[in-house]
Amino acid sequence: MIAGGMTHFKKINFNDDFRLNVKHSLDYALKDSGMKIGDIEGSVSAYFSDHLQGQLIAGAMSNDFIGLAGKPSKRIEGGGATGGLAFQTAYEEIASGTMDTCLAYGFENMSHVGTWRGNDIIALGSDASFDYPLGGFYTAYYALMATRHMYEFGTTEKQMAMVSVKNHGNAMYNPYAQAPMDITVDDVLKSPVVSSPIKMLDICLMSDGAACAILASEEVAKSYSGKPVLIKSIGSSSDTMRLADRPFGTVPLLPNENPEMYRNLKYPGVHSFRAGRLAAKMAYRKAGISNPQKEIDFAELYDAYTSAEIQAYEDMGFCQYGQGGKFIEDGRSMLDGDIPVNMEGGLQASGHAIGATGIMQAVYAFWQLQGTVHKHLGSNRLQVKNPHMGIIHSHAGTGAYEAVTVMEAV
Amino acid sequence: MGYGKLLKIDPLVVEWNYTTEYRHSYAEDSPFFMELGRGRLLGSRCKSCGFKYGTYRKYCMYCGSETEDMDLPLQGKVHSFTTCYYSGETFRGDVPYTLVLVEFPGIDSLFMSRLFMNHGEKPKIGMDVVAQFKKFQTFTVNDVYFVPA
Ligand SMILES: [Zn+2]
Repeated sequence: MIAGGMTHFKKINFNDDFRLNVKHSLDYALKDSGMKIGDIEGSVSAYFSDHLQGQLIAGAMSNDFIGLAGKPSKRIEGGGATGGLAFQTAYEEIASGTMDTCLAYGFENMSHVGTWRGNDIIALGSDASFDYPLGGFYTAYYALMATRHMYEFGTTEKQMAMVSVKNHGNAMYNPYAQAPMDITVDDVLKSPVVSSPIKMLDICLMSDGAACAILASEEVAKSYSGKPVLIKSIGSSSDTMRLADRPFGTVPLLPNENPEMYRNLKYPGVHSFRAGRLAAKMAYRKAGISNPQKEIDFAELYDAYTSAEIQAYEDMGFCQYGQGGKFIEDGRSMLDGDIPVNMEGGLQASGHAIGATGIMQAVYAFWQLQGTVHKHLGSNRLQVKNPHMGIIHSHAGTGAYEAVTVMEAV
Repeated sequence: MGYGKLLKIDPLVVEWNYTTEYRHSYAEDSPFFMELGRGRLLGSRCKSCGFKYGTYRKYCMYCGSETEDMDLPLQGKVHSFTTCYYSGETFRGDVPYTLVLVEFPGIDSLFMSRLFMNHGEKPKIGMDVVAQFKKFQTFTVNDVYFVPA
């Protein structure tokens, strides 16, 4: 990866359409890398919902707007993992030798429908026969998972609230963030219950915005002045769309785990995201990571809900299954913890413009590994100290697709 | 899509109504929805590997074989639950409502449904619940719901 950019995520941005948002993020990346649009050989576009866009084939419209008409391009869609998967597809374009430079860009305009209607549209990303008609509400599905996680492992609402406090607090130092907030655990616990146990301040935002990443082959990357970051490996997996269909089997173990740890755990049930674990396992294997707790310096995790961030600590192997609540309680994912998570505020506070989100994570990880957080966010406050390796992670649905990418400073 | 109603200027924003008739076919899942009207809750048993599904499906996701319909026990236990105070626009009039994942004895996977309780009653994991059927079929999955046993 040689450059990245993003727009300031906003609740409503009627001034810029999706094309202009893409252009703003791209102009930043081009300027940062000293590239010109003509240097880019092709693109991968990422956006989740044709309903939210009110426009089909919106990728092609973005392409001609930014000056990529006449070059190869495709759209990737995979729910909340859309951006993460598109980033991986751009990697594949380079790794396969198809292109020497490839632009991955993502966008979403979530404000063009009301929040309740937006919930409806997002819930069409659940089984339209068996799930959607029960309430049309994604928060409910995550809440069902959170309830079970609490039952299995003793995770508490207070621990969930700590994630919210961390992510909103981190965002205070991120000028790109939509909802920086200096809040307390009590504020989160007292915010209105949306779908028990999930409360208003446990939930990510609906955003308008765009993000982009420019990827290049090793040789080409060297010819640009900036400091490239290596995309070390990609991993992805999938699971049943319906929560009700999830099996009760055994944990796919990471190299630093053993079956004794999980003798009585029926997995994944609805307490954990099997696709996240499998995606991480694939990415770690390809990157030669045998102990993620020791080798990974930070992570951008998919915190659509605070419970999901806690679940992801476990899925990614940052701690054992069941220890995710303790992981935040012990401060291990805080800025000064041993594996800081969502240093810029995550989906909770930086924002969630669905198609842009996975690429937003890549841009943040890129700046962290470059050591250029001060340059892009205006201060060093959120810079992880000398990071060597980081991961980005996103999911679709309740983990129907998941994408994990390992990035490394070189 | 239709003609725009002026919402604001600078930038110019118009609002249009965006609705459509949509013919949703239950296709191979039709028996499940039809039988709800007869007070039967169907699951599926794989003819080849024997996996018993708590949510109807015509083909086994483990071995690809065709499944056969089976009656699920009407009584089960709450595997997980949530009470929703917000929802999608379509279900705005329904809040608050409670969703449960139900586990049935001897069945290998779950079923998602609504749980109705008396005022003051609280859902709990492990709670016994029993299926009820709507008198007038809506031909949706809401034709079955659960109440405390
Ligand atoms: Zn089978």
